[in-house]
Amino acid sequence: MSEITFTNVSRSFERDGNMFLAVDSVSLTVRDREFVAIVGPSGCGKTTCMRMAAGLEFPTAGQVTVSGKEVISPGPDRAVVFQQFALFPWKTVSENIDFGLRAKGLDEAERRRIVEHNIALMNLRGYETAFPHQLSGGMQQRVAIARAYALDPDVLLMDEPFGALDAQTRVVMQEELVKLARLNPRTVLFITHAVDEAVYLADRVVIMTSRPGKIKEILDVKAVRDAENWDQHSRIEDVMDLASFVHLRTRIWKSLREEHAGDDH
Amino acid sequence: MTTRTVRSFKPSWRETTIGTAAFFGVWYFVALIGIAPAKFFPMPHEVLAKLFALTHTQFAGATLQMHLLSSLHRYAMGFLLAIVIGLPLGLLMGRFRWLDVVVTPLFDALRFIAPVAWVPFAALWFGTGIGGPTLIIFAGAFPPILINAYRGARGVDPRYLEAASMLGIGSFKTITDVLFPAAIPSIIAGLRVGAGLGWMSLVGAELIAANRGVGYLIVKGQSAVDTPIVMAGMIAIGAVGVVIDVVLRKLEKHLLRHRKS
Ligand SMILES: Nc1ncnc2c1ncn2[C@@H]1O[C@H](COP(=O)(O)OP(=O)(O)O)[C@@H](O)[C@H]1O
Ligand SMILES: [Mg+2]
Repeated sequence: MSEITFTNVSRSFERDGNMFLAVDSVSLTVRDREFVAIVGPSGCGKTTCMRMAAGLEFPTAGQVTVSGKEVISPGPDRAVVFQQFALFPWKTVSENIDFGLRAKGLDEAERRRIVEHNIALMNLRGYETAFPHQLSGGMQQRVAIARAYALDPDVLLMDEPFGALDAQTRVVMQEELVKLARLNPRTVLFITHAVDEAVYLADRVVIMTSRPGKIKEILDVKAVRDAENWDQHSRIEDVMDLASFVHLRTRIWKSLREEHAGDDH
Repeated sequence: MTTRTVRSFKPSWRETTIGTAAFFGVWYFVALIGIAPAKFFPMPHEVLAKLFALTHTQFAGATLQMHLLSSLHRYAMGFLLAIVIGLPLGLLMGRFRWLDVVVTPLFDALRFIAPVAWVPFAALWFGTGIGGPTLIIFAGAFPPILINAYRGARGVDPRYLEAASMLGIGSFKTITDVLFPAAIPSIIAGLRVGAGLGWMSLVGAELIAANRGVGYLIVKGQSAVDTPIVMAGMIAIGAVGVVIDVVLRKLEKHLLRHRKS
């Protein structure tokens, strides 16, 4: 059972000598093998929430647990796919994926098997010995995802992983991620500000308010997806054409619009 | 990651020739107008002739090559010692705050002492053979190597360290496999400055050398009031210094070949 739970989690930061509240009493449970997406206006604290689950940041109040244990440091049981990839530029594709496996103390044959498997899974064959700067943004992000998957983590934390990609690449990546998620469901916390992406990928979508970031509402997408059998369509544009999809998307849009109306800009 | 925006200017043969000719022209001119007695200001051809003569006749007990070899031996010892101590210490100081706090005040006080100031103690503690001179060269090369390793470690993009901790990389591996490679641009800059300062400390180091070395050659040339020998020694030091820098630049290029510039 790998669950992520946020219990009354708040996080303040200091700015210009004053403390301000970035995340305000968030309570949320991402259930075992559930794919939860958080959407919200930029600066609402999405990244901060994800970093608290990763152990890269800590709550000023409340508690974050993963698989029942309080999060006190980062670790390979909670693989992170960072927004800016964060691949090691001096390591090849294979070496980047292998790095975490070495730390796990796996033997060489096992490591090679896992690296090869994930390279194939992410369509990176032929690029094993390439260095990150020789790859396009989309391919670099695939390496980052392969690196995370290779750890075989209890939970996956993804922070706008497709945010830096061009539209065509992003669609391909989204379709691939859906395939992987349905084939081998994992507990995923996925951050995005793209509403389409959230509805297409997630079982539930959490909408956050702008500053301070609170949970505004949570929508059950999976119930609709299963009822309307979205997964019979393999292409994202076919799913996005469905009335049930459009309906959900519009609802989220409206909810987010209210947040922007309350904003300064 | 430090990015180099300054494009290195590659001089062509023509420019090199013009530059060299201009240098010798000015030298002849200054020598001929006689700002110093001719005995103390040798002409270029005298110096070059002496330089050539020194390659096959002995002065101060050895030929120029033998003096150079002996200098390079001391230099390699001092420079390597500076790397072996300065590089890991700098990286560790960049990683562990407490070490930084302990070492930095001491280091800041010591690094302003010119390498030659160590001459008396170097001789007393480590003798005049290889030990003493090695310490002087070490004193020249060590500070920039340590400072640059430290700065490199401090300046590492925190995302790399976060990625490493997320992957479960241990503390030692993080230093050797993340901090070190990420700091290489800065480390190499430190090696280049340190190599230069170490080589520049050579004459000071060989003030106490027992019987060999280019610095020793210069000192003996001075006592013999043989200015062509002094200048020939200076030219040899300058030339070897250039070679050392070229080698390190090649190394830098090689190590950074996989980084985006
Ligand atoms: N380490 C930090 N120090 C100070 N302020 C921070 C820090 N991290 C995030 N913040 C602030 O907290 C707020 C939420 O940031 P973030 O979680 O990155 O938002 P999002 O990912 O939703 O765009 C922003 O106002 C941001 O400036
Ligand atoms: Mg963010």
